[in-house]
Amino acid sequence: MLVEQIMTRDVVTVNPHTPLIEALQLSRARRIRHFPVMQGQELVGIVSDRDMRDICPSILDPNWESAVRSLHIRDCMKRDVITVHPWDFIEDAAAEMFRQRVSCLPVVQDGKLVGILTERDILHTLIDMMGVLAPSSRIEVELPNRPGGLADVADILRARKVNACSVLVFPGDTPQTRRLVLRVQTMDPRHIIDDITAAGYRVIGPLRTGGRAG
Amino acid sequence: MKRRSVIIYSEDVLRYRFGEEHPFNPLRLRMTWDLMNELGLVTEDHIRVPRPASEEELALVHSPAYIEAVKRAGSGQAPPSPPGGGEPTWEAFGLGTEDTPIFPDMHEASALIAGGTLLAAQLVMEGEAEHAFNLAGGLHHAHRHMASGFCVYNDIGVAIAWLRREYNVRVAYIDTDAHHGDGVQWLFYEDPNVLTISFHETGKYLYPGTGDIHERGDGPGYGYAVNFPLEPFTEDDSWIEMLHQALPTLIKGFEPDIIISQNGCDGHHWDPLTHLSATTRLYREIPRLVHQLAHEVCGGRWVAVGGGGYDIWRVVPRAWTMLWAELSHQSIPDEIPTAWLARWQPLAPDPLPVFFIDPPGTFPAIPRRQEIENRNRITLRRSLMGTPFFT
Repeated sequence: MLVEQIMTRDVVTVNPHTPLIEALQLSRARRIRHFPVMQGQELVGIVSDRDMRDICPSILDPNWESAVRSLHIRDCMKRDVITVHPWDFIEDAAAEMFRQRVSCLPVVQDGKLVGILTERDILHTLIDMMGVLAPSSRIEVELPNRPGGLADVADILRARKVNACSVLVFPGDTPQTRRLVLRVQTMDPRHIIDDITAAGYRVIGPLRTGGRAG
Repeated sequence: MKRRSVIIYSEDVLRYRFGEEHPFNPLRLRMTWDLMNELGLVTEDHIRVPRPASEEELALVHSPAYIEAVKRAGSGQAPPSPPGGGEPTWEAFGLGTEDTPIFPDMHEASALIAGGTLLAAQLVMEGEAEHAFNLAGGLHHAHRHMASGFCVYNDIGVAIAWLRREYNVRVAYIDTDAHHGDGVQWLFYEDPNVLTISFHETGKYLYPGTGDIHERGDGPGYGYAVNFPLEPFTEDDSWIEMLHQALPTLIKGFEPDIIISQNGCDGHHWDPLTHLSATTRLYREIPRLVHQLAHEVCGGRWVAVGGGGYDIWRVVPRAWTMLWAELSHQSIPDEIPTAWLARWQPLAPDPLPVFFIDPPGTFPAIPRRQEIENRNRITLRRSLMGTPFFT
C-alpha cells in the first residue's frame, strides 16, 4: 500500500507570519497537532502544538497577552522538514517516522504539498489490517522459518474452498519459527485445523475444549 | 382452554439442511421434539404449524437481489450478477460456500423458518399466546445482502422489523449463542427502539470475530447495541453472574414491549465449534431469567428461538427441552426418559447423558478459572458503563 492511499488530503496549513495565538486556536478547534508551514506554494517548515506551547510565556506573567500577541509561527517553526512522496510504501514511511521520532510527515510531490501522514493514519491502517474485515474465524499457526510453510497452509485453504480474509506473518518466539495469523471465512475451521496439524505444523490457537472433531 | 404458550414446529422445517457432513444438522430438532413428546410436554393445543414468510416480509431486512439469488440457487439456476456489477457468482451472496452450501429449495426451507418466527411474534402480539418458541429459528448471522455462518434468512431480523412496522413496539433482543449475534446487531444498529444484547465467546478466535464491547450502535441507535464478549473457557458461574448483573439492568432500563431471545446452546463444554465451558445448568438458568424479566417488564410477551448447538446428541435436546418446559410453565424430571435414550443411543457416537443437568465433576476443572472470571467482570463493567441504562 502507498502513502497516498491512507494520507489526509485536506491539509490545514499556516504561514510563517500567522500569529501564534491564531494557530493555537486553530489547533484546538480542529484537534490538529501539526501544521505544515507554507510560503506561497512552498513548504518551508512544520510546527507542532508542542513547539507553539513551548515558546508561550507563562500565564502567570502579567504581560502574558501582549507577549503572546507579539509571537508568530516563524518564531517556533522547524525549518528542517522530513517529507515523504505519495508513492512511498506505507511501511517505509512508518519506519521513517519511528527512526526520526516524528509523528507526522508532510507528503510532497513535484515540490507541492499534496497531503499529510500522521501516526493516527498509520495506526488506523494497522487496525484495519489486523481487524475483522468479514465474518471469520482466527487460526494461529507456528511455521518453521523456511520456504513452503505458507504455501502448504494456502493449499489446505484452497482444497477446503475457504477464503482467507486476512493473513499476517509475525516473527516467532525463536529465530527458527514464524507465527502465521489467518482469518478464514468459515464458522467451522475444524477441518482446516486438522489438516494443518496433519501437515506437521503446530496450531497455537484456538485451543480445543472437550468437543469431538466432526 | 387457551394455552399460554405455543411452540412452532412441523416436520417441514427439517428441510433446512446442508448435507450429511455439515455440522448444522436438523436431526437435533427431531431429537429435541422427540424428547419433549416423550415427556408429554407438548399437546395439540401447544402446536402451531409455521407458514412461509412472503418475499415482501423477507424484504423487510433482505435485499431483493439477495432473495433472488437464494431462489435461483435453490432451483438449480445460474447465479445473478451481484449488485454493483461484476462476475455473477454465488460467493458474492455468501452462498455455495463451505458454511452455506446450496441445497434444493433452499429459499422455501429458509422462508419457512423466517415465517415461523414471524408467526411466533404475531401470536404473542395478538394475545393468542403469552410466550412462543420457534424451535427451528435463531439464524442470527444472516446479513442483509448475504448468507453467513449457516444462516440464509435472518428470521429474527424479519420478525423484529415486522414488529416495528406493524406494532411500532420497542424490542429487546437477548442472544446467548456462543457466536456473536452479528446479523441482528447490524440490521438494527441505528435503531434506538431495538436493544440488541449479545453474550458470546470473544471474537479473538471464534467466528464471526465481532461483538467487541465498543460496538454500541450508531447515530440515534448509539447505546442500543450491547456486547458481552466472554473469555474462552468461561464456565457456568461466571456466565450466570454476568447474566444476572446485566440483564435486569438493561431490560428494566429499556422497558421493551416484547423480548425476543436467541437460545443457541453451543457454549456448552462439549460443543465442537466453540471454546466455552458451560454445562446444561446454564441452559436452565437463561430461560428462567428471561421468563422472569418478560413477566416483570413487558406483560410476559416473550418469543424464544433456537440457534446454534453442534453437539446435537448430548446437548441440544436437553437444552431446548428445558427451555420449552420453562416457557410453557411445566416441570421436568431430573432424569432423561429411558425410552428416549433407548431410541437414540444406538445412533449416537458418544454415551448420552442420563440427567438434564450435568452433575458436578462431569468436566475437568479449568486451570485459569480465577483469571477468566476477573476478565469477564472487567468486560461486564466496561460494557455496562457505555449503555444509557447504567446508573
